[in-house]
Amino acid sequence: MGIRLENVSYVYSSGTAYEMHALNSVSLEIPDGQFIGLIGHTGSGKSTLIQHLNGLVKASEGTIYYNGESIYAEGYDMKKLRSHVGLVFQYPEHQLFETTVKKDVEFGPRNLGLSEAEIETRVAEALRMVGVPQELYDASPFELSGGQKRRVAIAGVLAMQPDVLILDEPTAGLDPRGRDEILDQIARIHRERRMAVVLVSHSMEDVANYVERLIVMNHGRVAYDGTPREVFAHYKELEAIGLAAPQITYLMNDIREQGYAIPSNVTTVAEAKELLIPILKGNSVRRGGGI
Amino acid sequence: MTSRERDACSRRGIDCSMKMIEIKDLIFEYMRRDDEGNVESVNRAVDDVDLDIEAGDFVAILGHNGSGKSTIAKHINAILIPTGGTVWVNGIDTRQEERIWDIRQSAGMVFQNPDNQIIATVVEEDVGFGPENLGVPTEDIWKRVEESLRAVGMLEYRRHSPNKLSGGQKQRVAIAGIMAMKPKCIVLDEPTAMLDPNGRREVIRTVRELNQREGVTVLLITHYMDEVIHADKVIVMDEGKVVMQGTPREVFSRVDELKARRLDVPQATELAWELKKEGIPLPDGILTAKEFADAFADYMRQCGGQGIR
Repeated sequence: MGIRLENVSYVYSSGTAYEMHALNSVSLEIPDGQFIGLIGHTGSGKSTLIQHLNGLVKASEGTIYYNGESIYAEGYDMKKLRSHVGLVFQYPEHQLFETTVKKDVEFGPRNLGLSEAEIETRVAEALRMVGVPQELYDASPFELSGGQKRRVAIAGVLAMQPDVLILDEPTAGLDPRGRDEILDQIARIHRERRMAVVLVSHSMEDVANYVERLIVMNHGRVAYDGTPREVFAHYKELEAIGLAAPQITYLMNDIREQGYAIPSNVTTVAEAKELLIPILKGNSVRRGGGI
Repeated sequence: MTSRERDACSRRGIDCSMKMIEIKDLIFEYMRRDDEGNVESVNRAVDDVDLDIEAGDFVAILGHNGSGKSTIAKHINAILIPTGGTVWVNGIDTRQEERIWDIRQSAGMVFQNPDNQIIATVVEEDVGFGPENLGVPTEDIWKRVEESLRAVGMLEYRRHSPNKLSGGQKQRVAIAGIMAMKPKCIVLDEPTAMLDPNGRREVIRTVRELNQREGVTVLLITHYMDEVIHADKVIVMDEGKVVMQGTPREVFSRVDELKARRLDVPQATELAWELKKEGIPLPDGILTAKEFADAFADYMRQCGGQGIR
């Protein structure tokens, strides 16, 4: 059933000169198994929003339901909620603390009170999903490369076997290779485990390539919510709120303005290629035919 | 130096008789030691690199984490000293310990994390910290602070607390702090990696302006291809070596090679390359959406037809 937010508002420093509405009556639903991108410029409320989803921050107004139950109800088991809704913070590698990779990933499941055998399986499974090889299990997490550290940190959350996985800019500061590897792994985890994924990102190209639904936050409200194609069709409005569409969207609109019948909401290079080949080839064939 | 280069220098009003940065046969090795201090392993981060940067140039270095690009940057203001080979900054060998402050004043450095570089509680005091340490007279410090903050477009924030600034604004304050020391060269090590798209644009625009207006030599290390397309020269590093270098157009013409190294190319470049593989003769080295659209229009015109409109 997933997560449902009803008119959720959050006010910082209420009653002081710094009072700020970080979230302003947000209603939305995160159904099971969906791959969602969440974008918005710094301060748009996206980080505040995700911290509500596993109850780290309590809404000033409104209610959040997980699988139909209000998480603010009397006696609701927050600990259980957090094992179902896994949150990977920005730069999660800063939170590694154990002496070995394996011990670090074990920490969560061990706190759930699982059996040794179950812990073992979960740790191996989580590390496999993020592509950390067995040779590194006994290494100190601090000896690993930046990309490897981050994957170990993500494995720590995966070992809790959440139904919803939320990642706050999981590729920040990584190089292109590290970024592609992490995003490919997240996409595979989503496919294999049917896990709902919420990916917070600053990269329009990344969200266009991976997610099925895109939520745009601005001033604490949901500004757009739809498929990447629907959302990026508003590229001019997105610019006004400090965002942009992928470069390819602009490129295809430049071509469109030359008078070719192509849609205004192309979001990936593969799609652009499919659309342009018939135009370019159609032309050369006609020429070859000797008009 | 060719006469054409000399002309370019005099046009920009720069003394180009000396290279800003000269790197010759640079080798740098990290050593790992066990608890007793015995060497466990030696890791060669930079492997025999030669590199010249002329005064007034905007040079970008691309490469993966671990490719050695940050290690090179740290040699330029003598945070690291070569294991082998030599680095000259503004003509000074970085091994000359007694000249370390001359070196650091010639080449200032901006790092990735804006929060690690700001020390004062008021923007203008932070910017004044560098010149103050250089023993610049007080009156002059304030003049430099004002000029530097104006140059990065942050003058109106001079009395603000840095804590309340955005990431992009903090980075611009860090750049102003370097500018206040009047360096000839700024080295920026992934200055936009932690910023959102707006912050990235602000910082890159600022850096380009400093290069063009003030003639500051820029060495920009980044993962973002769209930040390097305006550079005079792009250097690609992999496994401690320089593997490609040239103008952005030259480097981005070699899409196969960049892809093999799992580096990004701009989407316009990638699309042109994909279409070329399908036998459509678009020119090499297309970098921007506009260049693609122009090349596309040219091709359609040459073919004489209107295509499917």
